[in-house]
Amino acid sequence: MSFESTLTVRVRRWRDRAFLALSLLCLALSLVALAALVGDLASNGLPRIDRAFLTSFPSRFASEAGLLAAWVGSLFVILVTAALAIPIGIAAGVYLEEYAPKNLWTNCLEVAMANLAGVPSIVFGLMALGLFVYRFGLGQSVLTAGLTLGLLVLPIVVVATRESLRAIPGYIREASFAVGGSKWQTIRHHVLPYSTGGILTGVIVAVSRALGETAPLVTVGALTFITFLPTSVMDPFTVLPIQMFNWVSRPQEDFHANAAAAGVLLLLLTLSLNGVALCLRYRSRKRVHW
Amino acid sequence: MKAHSLYALGFFTALVLSACERAQKGAPSEGRKIVRVDGSSTVYPVTEAVAEEFKKAGAAAKAGLAYPVEVTVGISGTGGGFKKFCRGEIDVQDASRPILAKEMEDCRAVGVAYVELPVAFDALTVVVSASNAALSEITIGELKQIWAPEAQGKVLKWKQVRDAWPDAPLKLYGAGADSGTFDYFTEAVTGKAKSSRSDFTASEDDNVLVQGIANDRNALGFLPYAYYEHNQSKLKALKVNGVAPSPESVENGRYAPLSRPIFLYVSVAAAAKPEVKAFIDFYLANVAKLARQIGYVALPERAYSLAASHFASLRSGTVFGGVPEVGLKIEELLKREARLEAKK
Repeated sequence: MSFESTLTVRVRRWRDRAFLALSLLCLALSLVALAALVGDLASNGLPRIDRAFLTSFPSRFASEAGLLAAWVGSLFVILVTAALAIPIGIAAGVYLEEYAPKNLWTNCLEVAMANLAGVPSIVFGLMALGLFVYRFGLGQSVLTAGLTLGLLVLPIVVVATRESLRAIPGYIREASFAVGGSKWQTIRHHVLPYSTGGILTGVIVAVSRALGETAPLVTVGALTFITFLPTSVMDPFTVLPIQMFNWVSRPQEDFHANAAAAGVLLLLLTLSLNGVALCLRYRSRKRVHW
Repeated sequence: MKAHSLYALGFFTALVLSACERAQKGAPSEGRKIVRVDGSSTVYPVTEAVAEEFKKAGAAAKAGLAYPVEVTVGISGTGGGFKKFCRGEIDVQDASRPILAKEMEDCRAVGVAYVELPVAFDALTVVVSASNAALSEITIGELKQIWAPEAQGKVLKWKQVRDAWPDAPLKLYGAGADSGTFDYFTEAVTGKAKSSRSDFTASEDDNVLVQGIANDRNALGFLPYAYYEHNQSKLKALKVNGVAPSPESVENGRYAPLSRPIFLYVSVAAAAKPEVKAFIDFYLANVAKLARQIGYVALPERAYSLAASHFASLRSGTVFGGVPEVGLKIEELLKREARLEAKK
């Protein structure tokens, strides 16, 4: 009787395979759900997307209504968000991970950061309404929206930065110190470049989250009908999810196709931003030689 | 992250920040003027249609304005809109109900005076699924029996309301508690705003209600008329107290109490601005035709000329005294508007 055919081994093999099957089943289920969602959206929305759809302002006629104000607004808001959240988030992450002394104050900071990440987005909206719109007098503008979303996604960037800095082995830092590098030189030339991949992943997640946010923007005063493009960050604006929501809630069926088309576009915008980040990450990883 | 990408990031940040600064300085000197409208989602389609036509027709230039005028419309709800309106943040307020005493107080406190302009009527429509053959009419008394808070957990079958109706479960659908539609319906049916049973399927999204009612033979619900109009193949509108909802029955005042006027409130300070004046003049001249297109009921011609004269003379105030009111017929509205005119 060979080892292979003993009963316990056969049972274990069988369990092994059963677990694999279960895992595959779970994966398939989530993929099917995703495919059904995207497929449904695409089949309703794709026929509606053409040049006119991307270059027209909203209208009460579904066939004349377009997304111009919404996608330009979304892009503009995201740029402000990125300009705020990325530098500050990375800097804060570097401070907390590399410089901050281990004491009560730092612990408080960390707890605060973790809590900030869990605050519902509508609360950020209310805070922004009081602070940016009224106290600072920034009005219901692209700048207000960008700052609000920037604060909203800041914890994501900070946490991602810290995680990827922590993943850099200690000997890299020690080697840099050994050849006389200062702390800043070590971070600047070694630690940060090697962790770009992880940081970019955080940035992708942050930007995608900001693109889909609606609640805080409604609170700070995003519009629904607007027939001009923002030319400065102080202009009023609308964004893709708000336009989409408005179309979904209309009585006419034709507007629902428009909403699906807006959904497809939002998906494409998120995917292409992610694509850019993936490219950057790939390139930065290739350049790292330990 | 190599050196150049870090510099690029810094440069990009500086660029955006400097753009912010420039924009802050440069904004007031721009030639374009903006008319800011916000408020009710029920009035939104009407204002949107007017704003679209206003731009298409080049009405600003025709009114003799030398600069381009843009109209923006937001949806904050009637309550949310009035908050902004009484802070002077917006020029024009879309309202699906008259201003309330609390809001009048808020406006008075900061010195915001307003002109109240009724612009159209909407008919709240009581609907069942198109597959429901048993029903074609209902009375306000029966609606009260069904929707009153006391009915919760007790009135569960159609037969309990009227003997001729089937012995089938009664499934209710209605607007969510945050909407003006819910406030109006409960006020009209149970006599007190927001007083209703709570064991019904509620949604702020009227399309969800349309789907729910259409697919359930035992369903009963209420919707703004436009949602019924665009789904006539799936839904059946019930006659209420013997009158079917239609533009005619609303206009001649027979579809009561479920027809409601919708309003614009224009701040007197904003009305002094030529671009706001041009937009409101255009609104009152064109809303009758546009309202019909999108499923609302236009007011009689006389109502618009009265409104235009109120606006021209900046006759401020409300004819409602800050209390919620239902079943107001067009003639009654006209009478009150005329009284306001006479008092002047």
